[in-house]
Amino acid sequence: MALSNKTKAALLGPLNKNNPVIVQVLGICSALAVTSKLEPSLVMAVAVTVVLALANVIISMLRKTIPNRIRIIVQLVVIAALVTIVSEVLKAYAYDVNKQLSVFVGLIVTNCILMGRLEAFALGNGPWPSFLDGIGNGLGYGWILVVVGFFRELLGSGELLGYRVIPQFMYDAGYANNGLMMLAPMALLLVAVIIWVHRARNRELYEETN
Amino acid sequence: MKALKKYLDKIKPNFEEGGKLHWLYSTYDAFETFLFVPNTTSKTGVHIHDARDSKRTMIIVILALVPALLVGMYNVGLQHYMAVGQDVTLLTRFVYGLIAMLPLIVVSYVVGLGIEFAMAQVKKEEVAEGYLVSGMLIPMIVPIDTPLWMVAIAVAFSVIFAKEVFGGTGYNIFNVALIARAFLFFSYPTKMSGDQVWVRTADTFGMGGGTVIDGYSGATPLGQIATTDAGGFGEFAFRGITGQSLSISDMFFGFIPGSVGEVSTFAILLGALILIVTGVGSWKTMLSVFLGGLVAALLVNSFAQNAMMEMPVYYHFLLGGFAFGAVFMATDPVTSARTEKGKWIFGFFIGLLAVAIRVFNPGYPEGMMLAILFMNAFAPLIDFYVIDANIKRRAKRAAAANAI
Repeated sequence: MALSNKTKAALLGPLNKNNPVIVQVLGICSALAVTSKLEPSLVMAVAVTVVLALANVIISMLRKTIPNRIRIIVQLVVIAALVTIVSEVLKAYAYDVNKQLSVFVGLIVTNCILMGRLEAFALGNGPWPSFLDGIGNGLGYGWILVVVGFFRELLGSGELLGYRVIPQFMYDAGYANNGLMMLAPMALLLVAVIIWVHRARNRELYEETN
Repeated sequence: MKALKKYLDKIKPNFEEGGKLHWLYSTYDAFETFLFVPNTTSKTGVHIHDARDSKRTMIIVILALVPALLVGMYNVGLQHYMAVGQDVTLLTRFVYGLIAMLPLIVVSYVVGLGIEFAMAQVKKEEVAEGYLVSGMLIPMIVPIDTPLWMVAIAVAFSVIFAKEVFGGTGYNIFNVALIARAFLFFSYPTKMSGDQVWVRTADTFGMGGGTVIDGYSGATPLGQIATTDAGGFGEFAFRGITGQSLSISDMFFGFIPGSVGEVSTFAILLGALILIVTGVGSWKTMLSVFLGGLVAALLVNSFAQNAMMEMPVYYHFLLGGFAFGAVFMATDPVTSARTEKGKWIFGFFIGLLAVAIRVFNPGYPEGMMLAILFMNAFAPLIDFYVIDANIKRRAKRAAAANAI
């Protein structure tokens, strides 16, 4: 199945040059809050991708019938319903992760990326491109979370997905886990470093300096 | 001196455009201007020149640090030989402290200057001199037992994220040395606080081996009073590491456990004298830090609930990093307030907050680092309002004069 250029851009753009986190700087709050371990980062990435893709499809199908003046309310109802479903599924099948994510699953409702994509894309495009846009933005958000979660768990607790990866002889030689990695400021710094590297590789994203 | 200058001039063509080592020009330039005052001056704008450029200023700060460094090194040896229960000569103690301290200084300078030189070389700029002082401050404010790799990481972190990303020396918002310490403090709390890290009990390069005597405790005086269960200050007594009682003069001259720079208030005051006489450090900032500490300590004394709150104010000045922070950290010309009135406000709140953090937060027996970093963030705001008030006052005066 070949994708046209436009749908390709909708799917792949958010992964790189139009990334919601490191270019548009949206969804930073949850990126800082849930990334102290890799597992909740992964679950959060999947949850946001699912909610975003489905919400995009639903709103896109309803876009011609939603009265313009109450569209935000309709969007919120759709997102809230989807988030509730995701939250119940997590509670049923991944209770521990759900506890770690705590309030942030519920707060997917207020994630700026969701409202942003519904407003900017789903209201003006058909269901199939909207679906791809949702997947793309969800993954674009997700890979940042996973990278941040990877480094925070590796350097902060010496583990990945709960398994010890830094061997004992390193600790015996005097290595110690970095406690700052477990605190939110380090997540902010890691996101900043990703932005730094990304901008250095994409000169056209440089902001005008005066 | 003449010969050195001649040699530098002779090798200079190698580093200039077209020379075979021209890519190392920043490095050459750094050494040349470090050794000799450059004979070129700014061509545009209005400037007043004297012989004191920023490299010379930095050297004076280093000089001012030397007394505290020497006494601190001696104290490292003193505490060590007390802990292992050996009686040795004064010189042995000093040499022990020296070889314990040297690796920290070397690592700090090699990593910090390495990054600075590399950055300057890549950006084809002059090497900025800011790290000369930071590199000396960092080993002096961390515990003597801090692992070297941690120092290296902290130095790299603070030079890159506290200084270079803001634009290099002179553009940083926070004190670089304190960021390195804060990084260590929050990353590796077990190596940076508590009562195991302030006195080196192991041997250093085979020197001063021995077993720790019974009844040893490496807690700093501030750590002791923060964790004491004594009902009031009257029932509490500061203890040295072998259980001996500590006198005021021990605390003043620096024979207490603590990081190398902070222990000797006497040596710090000598440094302060050098800074004030040469005009490098601002006496207003230093004085106002102590004033702020005085006000805060008197306030908490008046409704004291425990030993820490009852502690008389001069203990606050003598113990921990209070004096060191006031003299060498708060006066950092880049991160402190720059207006003269602003310096009073800036310093006052540092002192106030430092004592408040010490007294009210049992988790942090030392509040100076957090107080200074916190006020660093407010320095531009203080300056803004001081200047704004001045403009308003003069505008009013002009309006009154015009009305007549």
